[in-house]
Formats: sequence, C-alpha cells, structure tokens
Amino acid sequence: MSPVILTGDPLLAGNVDLAVVLIVLLKVVVVFALLLVATMLMVWFERKVHGDMTNRIGPSRAGPFGILQTLADGIKLFFKEDIRPERAERTVYVLAPFLSFVPAFLLFAIVPIGGNWANGEGGKVTIFGHDTYLQLADPPIGILFALAISSIAVYGVMLAGWSSGSKYPLLGSVRASAQMVSYEAAMGLSAMAVVLVTGSLSTHDIVAYQAGEGPLGWLPNWGILLTGFVPFVIFVIAGTAELNRPPFDLVEAEQELVAGFNTEYSSIRFALFFLAEFMNVVTMSAIFVTLFLGGPAGPAPIGPAWVWSLVWFFLKVLLFLFMFVWFRGTLPRFRYDQLMNLGWKVLIPLSLGWLLLLGTVKLAIDQDWNPALVGAIAIGVFLMAAGLLRAANRTARERRQLEEVF
Amino acid sequence: MLAQVSDVVDACAGQAECVTSYSDFLRSWLTVGIFVALGFVMAGAMLGIAMVLRPSSNRRGRFQEQKFITYESGVDPVGWSWTQTQVRYYIFALLFVLFDVEAVFIFPWATRLEIYDLFGLIEMLIFIAILALGLVYAVRKKVLQWL
Repeated sequence: MSPVILTGDPLLAGNVDLAVVLIVLLKVVVVFALLLVATMLMVWFERKVHGDMTNRIGPSRAGPFGILQTLADGIKLFFKEDIRPERAERTVYVLAPFLSFVPAFLLFAIVPIGGNWANGEGGKVTIFGHDTYLQLADPPIGILFALAISSIAVYGVMLAGWSSGSKYPLLGSVRASAQMVSYEAAMGLSAMAVVLVTGSLSTHDIVAYQAGEGPLGWLPNWGILLTGFVPFVIFVIAGTAELNRPPFDLVEAEQELVAGFNTEYSSIRFALFFLAEFMNVVTMSAIFVTLFLGGPAGPAPIGPAWVWSLVWFFLKVLLFLFMFVWFRGTLPRFRYDQLMNLGWKVLIPLSLGWLLLLGTVKLAIDQDWNPALVGAIAIGVFLMAAGLLRAANRTARERRQLEEVF
Repeated sequence: MLAQVSDVVDACAGQAECVTSYSDFLRSWLTVGIFVALGFVMAGAMLGIAMVLRPSSNRRGRFQEQKFITYESGVDPVGWSWTQTQVRYYIFALLFVLFDVEAVFIFPWATRLEIYDLFGLIEMLIFIAILALGLVYAVRKKVLQWL
C-alpha cells in the first residue's frame, strides 16, 4: 500500500481528535434512538388514525391516548415462546430476520434530518466547535446507496419465506420479491429525474440544491416542482409497492396467505420483521421528503435555523406517514396481474420517457433554445410514438385474427 | 469528491488538503459501517434478552410433538412446500436485471448532463429507444402477461 492511502485512513488523516470521534458516535446514537422512537410512534399513529377512519377508537389503554401500546406489544413479544418449525432450514431461518432488520436501519444513514440551510450556510451546524452536517453519513453516491440497500431488503423477505418450509410463506415471499423487483426499476428511474435536475447523487447536495431560490421567486425550489410532478407520483407509487403497503399488500393478503412471508415466525424474530416493516415506512417517507420536498430546508422566522429544520422535516415526514395510512384506509387491494401491468407497462415506460423529456428541456435551457418549442416537439414525438405503437398493435391483432379465420 | 484510490494516489501526492478530503470520504463510509454493526448488535441483543426472558419448553416431550409441525394449529400440511413454482417469477427477475444494468448506465449521464451535451442526449435517446424496443418485444411475446 502506498503511504498516501495509509494517510487517507479515516481515523488518522486530517485533524481527528476526540471531539470528531465523539460527534460521530453521538450522531449514530441519536439517529438510532430517533428512528426507533419514530417507528414505535408510527405503529401507534397508524393504528390510531386507521381506527378513526374505520369508526373505531384504536389503542386507548396503555398510556395517554394509548401511545405506549407499541411498547406493551413489544414487551409481550419478549415473553413469547420461540418456535422453529420442523421443516424450517435452520441457518437461513435464523439469518433472515437480520437481513430484513439491518437494511431497514441502514437506509436512514443517508437522510439529512436537519441543518442550518438559511443564508447559504449549506446545512452546516457547529457542535463542540466542529462544523458538521445533521446527517449520519454523506457518501458521494447516496442515492445509489439507498437503491442498493432497498434491494438487499428483498433478500430478507425471500429467504424468510423460503426457509420456513411452509407453503404460505413461500408464496408470499415469491410474490414479494417479484413485486419489489418490478417496482425498483421504476423507482430508480424516477429518482434519476431528481439526480438529473440537481446534478448530484449525494443526498446532502440534493437538499442543498433544493434550499436555493425557487422558480418565480416565491415557489420553493423543490424536486417535486423542478421535475414536473410526474416522477414524484411514480416514486410514491413505486415506494408504496416496495414497502408492500396497501393497496399493494398482496404479499400478506390475509385472505389468501395468512400473514405472508413471516407466517411461521414467532416471538422476537417476528418482532424484528414487524419493526423492519414500519421502519421502512418511516425511512421511505424520509427519502420522499429528501428527494422531492426539499428535505429539512425551510424558512426560519425566529430562533436558530437548525431547530426549525427539524420541525420542517418532522412535519413533511408526518405528511407522508399520514398518506400511507390514508391509502390503507381507502384503497382496495390490487390484483396481481394489475400490479404487474401497472409496474411494467405504465410506470417504467412513463418514467423513461419523462427522464428523456427532462434531459432535453434542461439541455435546451442550458443552450438557450426556446424551451416552449422544445416541450411542444417533445410532446409531439411522444404522441407520435404512442400512436405508432397502438397502430402496430392493432395491425398485429388484425393479422392474428385473419390467421385464425383461415 | 474523489472516489477512486488510484485517482487519489495520482492527484494527492503530498497535498495535505486533498488527503483530508479523501479521509472525509472514507470516514462517511466508516460511519455507515458503525451503523451496520449497531444494527446487528441491536437485533442480537433483542434475541438474547428474549432468550433469557421467555419460557424455554422447546424440548420434545410427549405432548410437544404437534407444536413443531408446519403451520401449527392450522390445517395439517399436505406434501412439502419446496415444489415447482411458476417460471414467470424468474422471467421477471431477468427483466429486472436488464433494467437495473440500464440504470447503471443512465445514472452517470444524468449526474453530468451538461458535460455530455447534445451528443450525450442523442446517444441516450438511442440507448433508451433500443431498451424500449426490448420492453415492447417482451410485451408482444406475452412475457409480461400474468394471466
């Protein structure tokens, strides 16, 4: 190894003193605790709001408004007997909950949860005399990292179902992996629209870009506006499918599959899957916010800006959490063929086309072409392509019918 | 920010500031590493605590045989679960690989759109058109039809 690489050691180079190490550890612990508390509150929030939507009271006994219900359920699970079915494949059966739990956790590492975004500070906050970001880690490829981790989460589901040695979990897990895999392509492509506009893969840079001056001077410079709303809708649909939340919860369709891939799990192993599921809901909302709603950036009327950023972040995430519960309360479940059709025949072509449209418009603005003209031509090309495709389909169908006649 | 070790070696010969930025880069991954470790420790600790607290009657006694059958307290299972499933799932997985690899090629272009300019845009149009043809072919071959 070259000495240059050695000096690049994360703990040796630069002026690393105790404070830097402490800040990292502090951030890890705070993010960890925050995520766990948020997950527990999310479980309660979902049950309470969904209860309201279906004219029930929801949890109301443990603590004020039943807010400690999740804690009580968790403690109950600690005392449950842990049963491993005879036909379960031992090693994989034990490994699967970890593979589900750890990625759920890890996804939150790249989310900026606060910072001083006002006055071009770029989200810097000073702790112990050191400038740092209110974000656990800021790898230069943050978005790729998020996509990779959400792919790893599929393994947990897949292996749990396979190793249980039971039919319901196997069917649930096979469905889950096919579904997650189908929607991941659309999700990546719509996230790419944000990358295209902001010109960076790092989540911090994406939020920093969105904290800037917006269009028309008064609109926020958020990804949802810059990318023209369509990628946002695609991302939300794909994200919901990725989480296996209603209306895409075929994975655990109770009428068909009992509880899906975790049917054979009991006790704390089940709790790990359960926690991972709700943790994923929280982190996915946080990623929606980071990519499309400007992350923690927002106005700070009085007081320090970093406090306001935490408030804005919380409110924006809460919006999406409510949206997920609302979906569950109102939308009926998709059929499997409908689910696959939506993913492959609508979302993927749409996000691909929109990406090209965005790229063209951005280039047009850079090179001072007439954006309106470019937009009109692009839409014209789209319509033409769609028309040609339909015509080709029709001709093919007619020919097929002719063949059947003769 | 520099991402490749060889780049750093070439560009940073003796420059303290450059090495520091590389060190920052490594440190952000180290933080992720700590987080992974904490996740495993947390899950392990929960399992460990539960192991101490819960009743341990996993011994196979006279009345315990029924407890370990698949889908306990439900309908008795018929046959094994590891049987053949539809090939469609596999085809979807293959198609997914196609689109994921495609994403690998599009991401660098999307990040640095203005550098590749008009050439890059047209290149990408052709690339995506070919891929879209693939998707259309799959649809026409009824690979994407579930029922």
